[in-house]
Amino acid sequence: MSEIAPKIDDDVVEELDQSRGPWLEAWNGFKKSKVAVVGAFIVIFFILLAIFGPIIAPEGINEQALPDRLQPPSAEYWFGTDDLGRDIFSRVIHGARISLWVGFFSVIGSVVVGSLLGIIAGYYGRWVDMIISRIFDIMLAFPSILLAIAVVSVLGPSLQNALIAIAIINVPNFGRLIRSKVLSIKEDEYITAAKGIGMKDARILFSHILPNSMAPVIVQGTLAIATAILEAAALGFLGLGAQAPAPEWGKMLADSKDYLQSAPWTMIFPGIAIMLTVLGFNLMGDGLRDAMDPRMKS
Amino acid sequence: MLSYIWKRLLQLIPVLLGMTFIVFMIIRAIPGNPAQMILGQQATKEAVAVLTKKLGLDNPWYIEYPKYLWGLLQGNLGESMRTRTPVADEIWPYLAATFELAMFAIIIAIVVGINAGIVSAWFQNSWFDYTAMVLALVGVSMPIFWLGLMGQWVFALELSWLPTTGRMQVRDPVEAITNLYIVDTIINGRFDQLGQVLRHMILPGVALATIPMAIIARMTRSSMLEVMRSDYIRTARAKGQKMFWVVYKHALKNAIIPVLTIIGLQMGMLLGGAILTETIFAWPGVGRYIYDAIGYRDYPVIQSGILIVAFFFVMINLLVDLLYSFIDPRIKYD
Repeated sequence: MSEIAPKIDDDVVEELDQSRGPWLEAWNGFKKSKVAVVGAFIVIFFILLAIFGPIIAPEGINEQALPDRLQPPSAEYWFGTDDLGRDIFSRVIHGARISLWVGFFSVIGSVVVGSLLGIIAGYYGRWVDMIISRIFDIMLAFPSILLAIAVVSVLGPSLQNALIAIAIINVPNFGRLIRSKVLSIKEDEYITAAKGIGMKDARILFSHILPNSMAPVIVQGTLAIATAILEAAALGFLGLGAQAPAPEWGKMLADSKDYLQSAPWTMIFPGIAIMLTVLGFNLMGDGLRDAMDPRMKS
Repeated sequence: MLSYIWKRLLQLIPVLLGMTFIVFMIIRAIPGNPAQMILGQQATKEAVAVLTKKLGLDNPWYIEYPKYLWGLLQGNLGESMRTRTPVADEIWPYLAATFELAMFAIIIAIVVGINAGIVSAWFQNSWFDYTAMVLALVGVSMPIFWLGLMGQWVFALELSWLPTTGRMQVRDPVEAITNLYIVDTIINGRFDQLGQVLRHMILPGVALATIPMAIIARMTRSSMLEVMRSDYIRTARAKGQKMFWVVYKHALKNAIIPVLTIIGLQMGMLLGGAILTETIFAWPGVGRYIYDAIGYRDYPVIQSGILIVAFFFVMINLLVDLLYSFIDPRIKYD
């Protein structure tokens, strides 16, 4: 009997969770995945770094100490110094701010525009759907980094333009996702009921359909932040994103190219920072996917 | 099947038109006066006027776009502003270089990725499985340009095992016939250089292969795990067949289908990744060609380079779709 008791308890808890709604259920699912929790910790760590960066960083991002240029890691300079004698540790910490900023805001941009287009295409169907879907197809016909390069080559290289470029290239991913979700939801009975009582399209779309399409968007959004950070670093590396002296990780890697042998630490630490942040978002995204949308499980 | 191919080809037309339109608009979308921007602030009014006319910027887009399309259909990709050579003439060696590198990378990714995935699924929850999957997770999170730099530092600069940059030893070049250096060295009977060409490909090839390798390994593992649970595998094992054959002969045949789609998609992605890899390793491919063109504001090259890569990207995806429906007859063509 005592062996059965915990099982019954679990069942009861699960039932209770379900009655409390899908969000709590998802949260419990997320907590159970150790990998996802590790991912969340990494992400929180970098968010804290980004917020408290200026307080934590021992040196300013652009404080040059030329006599100390290309110093290896030491007690004074934890991650060493770069070719201008700047403290790499401080720059990596400040870099978190830039990367997370680009990651979050580019994805928010893509989600807002993508959701709007996707919801319109899915709800109204017909020619509206056809035009929007074809635009998505065309955008997806370019390798994403190439489309980003095309956008930046038009707007000019800067961090802000890199953010815009990354936001634009991710629009079709969210648009398609929302569109397919809307297509399935709009046939549900509660939508028919809402139409029946004469509710306006805009209210149906934004009060009923949109909130019910959000779960996959949150999952995709988390994973997209990882990709956006990588893309921003890639653009920075190519000289098309953040410009000197901004401590952007990709740009720092580009600057380290000439000192690979004499000062490899200039390349190692910004790279680790990019990898860990991206890994964190990937792990968290995978965990969220398993917790929020079991059908999407890989 | 034929009607399906036909339908897919028809669907391709609006996509190709859209692609050409986006690429066509690159110059026109430059804020301000594009010709002035390209030539710089010091340029004379006459020079700006000449370039404006040359690029067709003095006419509205609806007049110039059909002309541009017509030119494309005749193989006219514009003229490089830097070298004054038609892009269509000078792009081929670059394309061949990218193609060779991408092929090398995808072979590494497929061989290592599929086998790692199979062994992980075979020995699920073993140390190999855990290690391979952690590596795969790290692999997909890795910026390939960082991996490239790390490879250069460790294997080229510190250990001197591999060359840092380039495609072959420049002191003793092999006559370029196809511009695929592996093929060229064989045609010329230069087997001494063949080894050198392969050595030059290892670092950029591995850097470029990392992400697809990780993705292929993860996909193979999950697909294999699913198949390994099916009844026919249990039957094969019950018959006493060796586990190796059960895994590689019976299970793999069904598990490979979703992996093939992923491989196809990754082949397209390699073209994008090539830009970064080629920049690090001074690999004279189409990615490097576009990158250099950006530095010189050589917009005809930027436009045509992007268009060509996107064209191959679309074609590879189409081929994968067709192949997919051919391999798995369960997929309905309509």
